[in-house]
Amino acid sequence: MRLPRPRPKLDQENSAFWTGGAEGKLRIVRCGDCGNYTHPPRILCRHCQSENVSAEPVAGTGVIDTFTVNHQPWAKDLPVPYVIARVALDGVPGVYLTTNIVNCPVEAVGFGDPVRVVFEEQDGVFYPLFEKAD
Amino acid sequence: MAREAYITGVGQSEVGVRLPRHPLLLTLDAAKEAIAEAGLTFEQIDGVFSFPGKSHGYLAFSPVGTDEVIEALGIKSKWQMGGLEQPAQLSAIGMAAWAVKEGICRHVLCYRTVYEAGGMADPATYMPARPDTVSGASQWTSPFWATSAACWTAQYAARHVHKYGLTREQLGQIAINGSKNAMLNPNARAITKEELTLDKYMSARMISTPLCLYDCDRFSDASTVVIVSAGDALDEIRCEPIRIAAMSGSVDRYSWDQVEWPAAYDAGPDLWARTDYTAADVDTAQFYDGFAFLPITWLEALGFCGKGEGGRFIEGGTRIARDGELPLNTAGGQLGAGRLHGFGFAHEAVTQLRGKAGARQIPGDPRVAVATSGGGPLAAALLLAKD
Repeated sequence: MRLPRPRPKLDQENSAFWTGGAEGKLRIVRCGDCGNYTHPPRILCRHCQSENVSAEPVAGTGVIDTFTVNHQPWAKDLPVPYVIARVALDGVPGVYLTTNIVNCPVEAVGFGDPVRVVFEEQDGVFYPLFEKAD
Repeated sequence: MAREAYITGVGQSEVGVRLPRHPLLLTLDAAKEAIAEAGLTFEQIDGVFSFPGKSHGYLAFSPVGTDEVIEALGIKSKWQMGGLEQPAQLSAIGMAAWAVKEGICRHVLCYRTVYEAGGMADPATYMPARPDTVSGASQWTSPFWATSAACWTAQYAARHVHKYGLTREQLGQIAINGSKNAMLNPNARAITKEELTLDKYMSARMISTPLCLYDCDRFSDASTVVIVSAGDALDEIRCEPIRIAAMSGSVDRYSWDQVEWPAAYDAGPDLWARTDYTAADVDTAQFYDGFAFLPITWLEALGFCGKGEGGRFIEGGTRIARDGELPLNTAGGQLGAGRLHGFGFAHEAVTQLRGKAGARQIPGDPRVAVATSGGGPLAAALLLAKD
């Protein structure tokens, strides 16, 4: 059995991000006026302060900007080691996601590796994790 | 003079692990020492500032509020401030400097009291390691088991390893230097019992690569107090005042994973833009080392070496030793002397500038020191000078 992940409290700002996986979509807030992205999600555009924003599907691919192999069990029964990575999303300039790289040994993860999103569902929340794309 | 701010008194309680003494009493101990050193009385204190003030959800992190200090110590305060929403821990001292420069206060008591070692023993007072529901900034990290700032800092450190070739042998010098200095610091006796060797460092268990156990600071119970006084109130004190020659802070985005570089890289140049002093004038540096990588960011950010050259700067540890060109974290830092959460660096900078550091006193006549705090997206720095 997998240890349940800490669950984000869903609200107006973040629901589209945490539930987009139900449709297989990674959704990031985008401005309908200037076209720039805002993450973490907000109810306004952090670039032009427009309120004309909505969470739009993005490609769901990216590259590993940096990562760490975590060995410390921060919770009881948490399996270690695992990879925590910062992924730079393709087509979404300036937006990074902290996530886990899954479905490969920790030794196989490297800087600049192309990755794609896979969702892990837990009680209606879809956690965007990433696996190697090549 | 009237528009200048000075540190006039510093004090520190016993630093321990699971101390039986109540955090408010630890604050009293540190405050008494600082007040006495400045030659003041509690009646002369007219402001109380802290980072972050009382944190009700995380009592061990910050168990004592400014209200409690004002009332318990019999202070008549004109202005008080506590809060997390500041650019890192030392900003409480920076805000006090503003208050005295504005003439609102004459003598401000600034404090940081921590009870994290005690709190860890009593989970009811400490934040749960794995909250079931997360909100705010932690929702972007905790769901991926990036639970600790160790995991967040590790990612910046790993990039330094990848891009600039930082080695574990180099990184280890921060913790080794801290332990050597801590051995000469009476207040660090509960935290460091023996010098850390490179062998021991290299064989330590990993926490989050490249950070091992010794790259993470040590929870402690303690209070540190710094008194900030107005330039036109110096006739009331009986000590050697240390001028706050410049200060800088930086917060761009609060999200740890959305900033390209830690905020130190903005706060560093900004500090020098506010003073005629340069990095070459600094006699000792007290750099926040909640994790061993953070002093490297400050070394580069403040121009002691170029970006990416921090690892080579500390290699072998000679440059940062007490008799080196830039004595670093001479009290042991948080790695060697406990997680005093930022205030220990201002305390030590003042102690060194006054020549009162005892066995760990650096040679010569140090006149300029820099103290910093923060990591990731927030940073604050103070430049202190003996006029």
